[in-house]
Amino acid sequence: MTRAKRRRLIYNLITFGLVIGAFLLLQNMIAAKSISRSLRGQLVPICAWIVMAVSLNLVIGFSGELSLGHAGFMSVGAYTGAVVSGWLMNVCALEDATLRLVISIVAGGLIAGLAGVLIGIPVLRLRGDYLAIVTLAFGEIIRNLVNVLYIGTTDTGLHFAFLNRQMPEGVTMLVDGAKGAVKIKPIATFTAGFVLILVTLIVVLNLVNSRAGRAIQATRDNRIAAESMGVSVTKYKMMAFVTAAVLAGMAGALYGLNSSTVVPTQFTFNQSINVLVFVVLGGLGNVLGSIISATFLTVLPEVLREFADYRMLVYAVVLILVMIFTNNPTIRALADRLFGPVKALFRSRKNVAGGEMQ
Amino acid sequence: MTQRIRHRSDTRMVPVPSHSIVPERDVDQIPVLETRHLGIDFGGLKAVDDFNLTIGRTEIAGLIGPNGAGKTTVFNMLTKVYEPTTGAVLINGQDMKGLNIVQASRLGIARTFQNIRLFDKMTVEENVRIGLHNQIRYDMLTGILRLPRYWKQEKKQHERAMELLDIFHMQDLADEEAGSLPYGAQRRLEIVRALATDPKLLLLDEPAAGMNPRETEELMETIARIRDRFQIAILLIEHDMSLVMGVCEGICVLNFGRIIAKGTADEIQANPAVIEAYLGKRKEADA
Repeated sequence: MTRAKRRRLIYNLITFGLVIGAFLLLQNMIAAKSISRSLRGQLVPICAWIVMAVSLNLVIGFSGELSLGHAGFMSVGAYTGAVVSGWLMNVCALEDATLRLVISIVAGGLIAGLAGVLIGIPVLRLRGDYLAIVTLAFGEIIRNLVNVLYIGTTDTGLHFAFLNRQMPEGVTMLVDGAKGAVKIKPIATFTAGFVLILVTLIVVLNLVNSRAGRAIQATRDNRIAAESMGVSVTKYKMMAFVTAAVLAGMAGALYGLNSSTVVPTQFTFNQSINVLVFVVLGGLGNVLGSIISATFLTVLPEVLREFADYRMLVYAVVLILVMIFTNNPTIRALADRLFGPVKALFRSRKNVAGGEMQ
Repeated sequence: MTQRIRHRSDTRMVPVPSHSIVPERDVDQIPVLETRHLGIDFGGLKAVDDFNLTIGRTEIAGLIGPNGAGKTTVFNMLTKVYEPTTGAVLINGQDMKGLNIVQASRLGIARTFQNIRLFDKMTVEENVRIGLHNQIRYDMLTGILRLPRYWKQEKKQHERAMELLDIFHMQDLADEEAGSLPYGAQRRLEIVRALATDPKLLLLDEPAAGMNPRETEELMETIARIRDRFQIAILLIEHDMSLVMGVCEGICVLNFGRIIAKGTADEIQANPAVIEAYLGKRKEADA
């Protein structure tokens, strides 16, 4: 086994170990009722935000494209999940909540992936900031679209409309325009969230350490060189983008099915930026970092709830401090000196300069 | 061949070629590269004009000329970074009109870059594996699900990458980040990565830039060795005349976007137009 492989294996083991360990610990705490109500309610959202952060990291960290509409895909997933779940219950009379949840999450992922394909086809051929601009617009368009979307079920099946009065008599509303998705049976569980995180980690970590994943990273490091090596840049940027959209859709379905209503204003531009903050703070291309920062920054506002008015202020200060600590060269050098011996364990021992021909 | 070169490093390194195509070549041999009246305009400025060059299958050719003569522009046209305004490029007799960079690579053209373009954040081995992208394949799902084919193809990629890195004795560096390598090693890695794409024609853009004379000499040997081992054609741009004159069987001189001379090293060195391009016009007709 080469050193690079060993390093990667250790990194993956730590990532999976941390997630599984945290899950087991929290399960025990839930069983022992030693966990606060507010944190208990946060568990599923935390899972959803972790999946969001890791999937966005695939786009930003690994394929090097700035996407500002990740919450849009989450919203597509949340609505799809709510509708599919309601349809399965009302029309198909599927009683098994677990099966309903699984089908809803998969459906959320598929529809969000479809949206990803539609956005990606025109946009990923462009260079520079275009993707950021278009994905930003996409998030807003989706939000405005679901704002006027009406979906309901009757005995005969699903009904869609963009005007309330077009809905038939005796309809059970699933999505009610600006009121959002209503009367959702909250069937999402912490275990489901945990499984979704594991699926996300397997997909993302296995992908980046494969032929396709290397191609994705090559297009990030140097587009012209990647093309000259025969790597189809558009194809691999698309692959990363759509995979991320699918995962975000699944996270959205999980998130949506955790509460009784989903409203369009939950998935604004601000949420996209929030996920971006998770990714940047966790480190571009650092999956473990995304998990930690998503968890920390989801819990933090809740913990700071007591400070009410000062909450966002403290949140901002924390963000700035973390930015400084992770990006300032002087502080990094200091950290390197302090943690140097630990880091050396992971670093290669051979001299880099030994690259001369014999 | 390698042996012969090694003992004659004080004089011209490559013996007079048997099939030099610049300016004359064996007519029965299909050239790997043929350009016909190739030219490109940049908003009215003719960067390259009427560029005709033919390279045989296992020939080492040099493209030289003063700064700004259009050498790299020629490379960019051959690799489809630029679409030529006029003329045609033929690879193994196939017209490259309308192809993109990726398709050009699949036709068998590989290149290195004047300003090094490695995948800096990836390891040396991963860089070579990108070169193997279209040689040893498996799809995305196989990779995510870690199917048996994944392990088989990954092993193949690893072995092939190591084999290629061995050309420059770089296996020990396989796990280093490419961006952290010293300059000379980065240049060599670019050559390895280009070779990994299994090219028929290898374009080297100033391979000896930043190398010391000893390294340049070793590079010369390696270039000849690569040609012999892989049986490919090599076209190189270089300012280091000892390398060009030493290793190239045919040389093409470019000035202001036009070919001013073609020939063997001796012919080029004696060509008055070339001397003028490099040194300027003589005032008197002495010497």
